[in-house]
Amino acid sequence: MSKTFNPKIFEDIEREQERWQMELEKAFAIRAERKKRFTTVSDREIDRIYTPLDIRDQDFLRDIGFPGLYPFTRGVQPSMYRGRLWTMRMFAGLGTAKDTNKRFHLLVKEGQTGLSTAFDMPTLMGYDTDSPKARGECGKCGVAIDTLKDMEDLFEGLPIDRITTSMTINPPAPVIWGMYIAMAEKRGIDRKLLGGTIQNDMLKEFIAQKTFMLPPEPSLKLIIDTVEFGTKEVPKWNTISISGYHIREAGSTAVQELAFTISDGITYVQAAIERGLNVDDFAPRLSFFFNSHMDFFEEIAKFRAARRMWAKIMKERFKAKNPRSWWLRFHTQTAGCSLTAQQPYNNIVRTTIEGLAAVLGGTQSLHTNSLDEVLALPTEEAATIALRTQQIIAEESGVANAIDPLGGSYFVEALTNKMEEEAFEIIEKIENMGGMLTAIEKHYPQMEIADSAYRYQKQIEEGERVVVGVNKYVMEEEIPIEILQIDEELERLQIEKTNRIKSERDNKRVRKCLERLEDACMNDENVMEYIIDAVKEYATLQEVCDVFRKVYGEYKDPGIY
Amino acid sequence: MEKRKLRVMVAKPGLDGHDRGARVIARAFRDAGFEVIYTGLHQTPEEIVKAAIQEDVDLIGLSSLAGAHRYHFPKVVELLRENNADDIVVIGGGIIPDEDVPRLKEAGIKEIFTPGAPLQDIIDWIRKNINPKR
Repeated sequence: MSKTFNPKIFEDIEREQERWQMELEKAFAIRAERKKRFTTVSDREIDRIYTPLDIRDQDFLRDIGFPGLYPFTRGVQPSMYRGRLWTMRMFAGLGTAKDTNKRFHLLVKEGQTGLSTAFDMPTLMGYDTDSPKARGECGKCGVAIDTLKDMEDLFEGLPIDRITTSMTINPPAPVIWGMYIAMAEKRGIDRKLLGGTIQNDMLKEFIAQKTFMLPPEPSLKLIIDTVEFGTKEVPKWNTISISGYHIREAGSTAVQELAFTISDGITYVQAAIERGLNVDDFAPRLSFFFNSHMDFFEEIAKFRAARRMWAKIMKERFKAKNPRSWWLRFHTQTAGCSLTAQQPYNNIVRTTIEGLAAVLGGTQSLHTNSLDEVLALPTEEAATIALRTQQIIAEESGVANAIDPLGGSYFVEALTNKMEEEAFEIIEKIENMGGMLTAIEKHYPQMEIADSAYRYQKQIEEGERVVVGVNKYVMEEEIPIEILQIDEELERLQIEKTNRIKSERDNKRVRKCLERLEDACMNDENVMEYIIDAVKEYATLQEVCDVFRKVYGEYKDPGIY
Repeated sequence: MEKRKLRVMVAKPGLDGHDRGARVIARAFRDAGFEVIYTGLHQTPEEIVKAAIQEDVDLIGLSSLAGAHRYHFPKVVELLRENNADDIVVIGGGIIPDEDVPRLKEAGIKEIFTPGAPLQDIIDWIRKNINPKR
C-alpha cells in the first residue's frame, strides 16, 4: 500500500489519464508522433508521461527521505550544497612534472578547490620513460613520473596539507601513493593529515580501461594492502575510487555502469573483510567515480539509485554500523565519449548539461571536460572555460539552492527505482557466476560492454541516434581550433633527468630496499612501508613495479572483441 | 578460383588502453565480410609487424587515442619495409590532430580516420583501395 499517496486518488488519476489518452489520439491523428521510439542514450525507452501511478508503491520515508539519512537517495550529507559546494577538481597532467605543476597553479588561481592528476601512459602502466615500451609516449596523455624527484616537482608550492589531491593511477597505485606520502613527509607534513584519493580500482581496468600489470588476484592483494595501510596510517585518504566512469566510456549503458561498479565495490569490501579488517574501519574511506553522460534524467536517476543501493548493501549485507560506511560519496567526470571532434565549441554545451546532471545528482566533486579533449590534452584557455562552466552552475544557475530539487518528480523517482531494480538483477547474475573476479575471467562484463558499444555505434550510423555536427547539422567547412602539442624533445630530457638521479642516489641502498620489498611480497606482508622506503631512496617507478612483475607475473590482454 | 576474403588486422600499438573504437571496428569489419585479426592491447610495432606477416594480412588498421601515434604509426610502416612486407597497407584512426595527418601520410600511412568517421566510410575505403592478395 502506498505510503506517499492516498490510494483513493489512483482511480481518479486513471480516469483522467484515459481522458488524456483520448485527447492524445486526436492530436496524433493530426500529427503523428515524432519518432517510433523515444529512448535514452542507453537505449532505454521512455514513456510519454509519468504520474503518481508510476510510483504508486513509493514510501516517501523509506525510499526518498532526507539527505544525510538512510537510504541517502537525496544526498549523503545532511546539508549538501547549502553547507559547502562540491569540490571543483579538474583532471590535469601534461608533459613533465614542471609543466603540470604550472597548470595546477593556474587552476588553483582560477578557483578550483581540489587537485587531480593525470599521468602519462608509461607511468600508468608502471614503466619508466626510458623503457623500450615507453617510446613516443612521454607526457602525451598526462604527466611523466619516474622518481620521487618528479613527484616533488609536481607538487612544488602547492598547499597539500590544505588541499586534497586525486591521482588517477591503477596498477602502480601503491607506488605512486608511496611517492606522494614520501614527498609530503620530506616537506614535514604528517601522513595522517594527507587528504586525497588514489583510483586504485583494478577490477574496472580488467573490465574497461585496460591498464594492467599483474593478474587479477595479486592486483587485489595490493589494493587491500593500501586499504589496510590507509586505515591505520593515512586515515583521511580514500584508498579506492570505485569507478564506473571508464566502464561507461568503454560503451556500457547507464545501468551496466551502475551494476558493474557496485559489483566491484562488493568485491573490494569482501576482500578487505577477508583480510581481517572491520568493515566500519575501512568502508568510510571507499569512494566512487561515475560518468555523467548526455541523457540528463537518466544520469540523475543513476546517481540517486547508486546511493540508495550502496547504503542497502553496506547496511544489510555487510552489517556496517557506522552511517559513514553506508555513504556512497562520488566524483563525477562529464563524458569524454560524448564530445565530438566536429564543431568542437558545441562540446561546451554538452559539458554544461552533463555537469548540471552531476550536480542535480548530488556529486561530491566534479571534473568538467574541456572542449578540445576529443582532440588532445586541453589548452589553458579550454581548461579555464571548463572550470568556469561549473562555477556558473554553482554561482549563477540557482540549482544548488535546494537539496535534491528533482526528488519527488514522478519521472525521476520511477527511473531511479527502475534502474536500481535492473542493476540489482545484473549484480545477482554476477554473484551467481561466483563474483566479479570469475565474471571477468569469463569476459562477461567486457563482452556486455562491447555489445552495448557496437549497438550504440550502429544506431549513430543508421541515424536512429542523432549526434549534432556528426550525423545531423553537419558543416562542410570547419574552423580549426588551437590544440596543445607535447614536445617530442621532452622524452629525452626526462630520460636524462632520471639517469642523473640514478647516478646520484645510493644504489646499494636502493637494491637493499627492493630486495626487502621482494621478500615482503614473497611472505605475503603488506608492501606499503617497503615501497615508501624504496621510493625515498629514489628507486624508480619501474624498478618497484618490476619487483611485482617478477613475483606475481604479468597480465596480458586476451584480445577479444 | 574463389576470390580470397580480405584479411584485415586491427592493431593497438603502445601502452594506450582505449580499445572501444578498435573493438567496434573489428566487429564492423567482420560484419562486412572481412577476415579479422585483432591483436589485443599493448603491442609493440615489432610485435604488430611480425603478427601481420605471419597472418599474411592485406591491411593493418592502427588505433591510437593517447597521443603516441606520431612514433608508432611510422614505425610500423618502417618495419614492414625492412621486412619486405610493404605490400601490406597501413591505415590509422583515433585521436589524431589534423595537423599530424600530412606527416603521417608522408611516412606511408595511406589513410587516417578521425573521430566521427562513419564505419561504412572506412569499409568502403578498404573495398575500393585494397585487393586481396592472390
